[in-house]
Amino acid sequence: MPELSILAPAVLNGLTVGAVYALVALGLTLIYGVLHIINFAHGSLLMLALYAAFFLKVLLGVDPYLALPILATAFFFLGYALQYGVIGPASHGKEQNVLLVTLALAIIIDNLALYLWTSTTRTIDVPYGFAVVDLGIALIPVARVIAFLAALALAGLLSLFMTATDLGKAIRAVARERDGARLVGIRVEHVYAMSFGIGTACVAAAACLLLPTFYVTPQVGYAFVLVAFTTVVLGGMGSFLGALLGGLLLGVVEALSGLFLGESLGQIGIFAIFILVLLFRPTGLFGSRLA
Amino acid sequence: MIRTRTLSRRRVLAGTGAAVASLGFPAVLRAQAQVVKIGILHPVTGALSYSGTQARHGARIRIEEINAAGGIKSLAGAKIEPIYADCESKPDVTTAEVDKLADDGAALILGPYASGLALVSTQAAAKHNMANVVDVGVVDAIVERGLTNTFRFAPGLKKVTSTALENLVKINDAAGKPAKTVFIIHEDSAFGTGMAKLLNDELPKRGFTILGTEAHGTPTRDFTNIVLKVKAADPDLVIPANYYNEYVLFVRTLVQQRVQPKAVYSILGGGASSIKFVHEFNAEAQYVMDCNHWYDPRKPASKALTQKLAAQKIDLTYEVMLNYACMQLIEDALERAASADRQKIIAALAASTLSDHIMPYGPTKFVNGNNEGAQPVNTQIRGESIEVIFPKEFATAEAVFPIPHRA
Repeated sequence: MPELSILAPAVLNGLTVGAVYALVALGLTLIYGVLHIINFAHGSLLMLALYAAFFLKVLLGVDPYLALPILATAFFFLGYALQYGVIGPASHGKEQNVLLVTLALAIIIDNLALYLWTSTTRTIDVPYGFAVVDLGIALIPVARVIAFLAALALAGLLSLFMTATDLGKAIRAVARERDGARLVGIRVEHVYAMSFGIGTACVAAAACLLLPTFYVTPQVGYAFVLVAFTTVVLGGMGSFLGALLGGLLLGVVEALSGLFLGESLGQIGIFAIFILVLLFRPTGLFGSRLA
Repeated sequence: MIRTRTLSRRRVLAGTGAAVASLGFPAVLRAQAQVVKIGILHPVTGALSYSGTQARHGARIRIEEINAAGGIKSLAGAKIEPIYADCESKPDVTTAEVDKLADDGAALILGPYASGLALVSTQAAAKHNMANVVDVGVVDAIVERGLTNTFRFAPGLKKVTSTALENLVKINDAAGKPAKTVFIIHEDSAFGTGMAKLLNDELPKRGFTILGTEAHGTPTRDFTNIVLKVKAADPDLVIPANYYNEYVLFVRTLVQQRVQPKAVYSILGGGASSIKFVHEFNAEAQYVMDCNHWYDPRKPASKALTQKLAAQKIDLTYEVMLNYACMQLIEDALERAASADRQKIIAALAASTLSDHIMPYGPTKFVNGNNEGAQPVNTQIRGESIEVIFPKEFATAEAVFPIPHRA
């Protein structure tokens, strides 16, 4: 039985891990939560972004935080092109086809990465990698604090974008009633591709914030994609606030189950929560209005 | 019709060329006879590439020295010709490379660093009745399968762990027994789990109380929770058993979370005897102790090797030392065998009593391929270097234990 003195630091540490989960889930909640595109390639795109940030740092000396705007822009176009050129046309508007197409994309991207960069675990070393912020009850790594604040900011920005911009309104319109949206002159394919692009840009941002305290291998996406789907369902489909709070909650749950059950079993708690949510509150914590 | 033979310029050139060739060829043939080919097999790519490359440097440096000093005397100054092979950190590639080395005429093989690779390389070499001098390969099964071609020069896991525990007790007693409690952190595969079980069995018999044992996967990129548990338990000693990346990350997290045990003591520590750790994370590495392979730093040959490595900008690591020493062992065996015949080399290695090498070992004595004269030493990271602190006869520094409090 762990002592109470380490509970507070463990919870705070879990919150910062949860912020990273939230960052990955924010992109997914737009793609999956709003548009119902089941994007299995989400983890693979995260992996790709991590490699991009890694090589920018190693080959060109670009700090991951400075690489964030560059990669977010590049991945926005990549996401747009994927949806507009591959996923959209190949799925013929059927959700089960989308699932298969994104799964195929994931397999192709993962194996290409394995072929090109091998399964070697790669990390970068940044001067601030081990700096900490002393909160009195706990010492939290600076990079984690930055990721935490970035997750809050990103969730706020996305919420604002969805409610205050024309494109945000168009996305919501397409999500509600695709044919109706088309009738009033909204270019549905463009809106889908824009959403996918924005979701993919979020993944690139998450990768840049993640890399200073994490590693990259071709399999790294798997660890996040399942947690991200759990986060979206837990938070409520399409709710950015839900994704944020869901991610933070899962981080804390993982930290506590790691503490009580042993480090190798930390993720058990996450999936136990997933099953409980599906059983007792299938609309998620903030999803009632969409139910 | 009359043909006239004229001495053209072309004919003169051809004739001169033939004459030169007839003079030159015997010399070349003689040189070919004076070569002993040795397969230098290491994982220079893949997961173990750093260690494998270091190991290759050690063998290369000694081979260059032997050849510069006139080669193998009993073979009329025969030069050693290394055939460098890469087993890519993969067992299947290792087997294929051994077969290729045998086809290329290697008289024996040195390598291949990792235990998992050595288990297969020794077996493949046995098929060709070719000696395999194993440079590291601590798993004892390597020398417990009755293979007569296998010669492991360095100490195995049993020897290293029993020495490590004996030395820990001695270091603790000498300091007035400040350490009574221990926390063990291990990676959850065969090496770490086996080591953790052994420590849980043996440490209580020696008067230590184990406050906790925590397992983690490889790779792990966040040790915060584990370190928080260590912090809460507040042990005197922390013993990590994991590989380089996790070892370094764990020790750095200890410092980050301001956990201050009386010592970090490791056995075959992933990072504890690595000069890479000392250079890259000098502050965090200070005073870390390890029981591992290391040379006898006081021997003149060791000092010369250290200087040579510095000049060539190569890290001073145990992989370099052990491969350098293994080439000394092979050189001695070739001198006594006076032959490049594989069977004669095996017999000469089996009869080795060599003690004139850079390691802090007693005279070489192979029993079933295990060098009974081998032993590990205790090291401690001090400033920019790794010092030997135990046993006393090889020590270059006094152990600092308990370690000073960090500001």
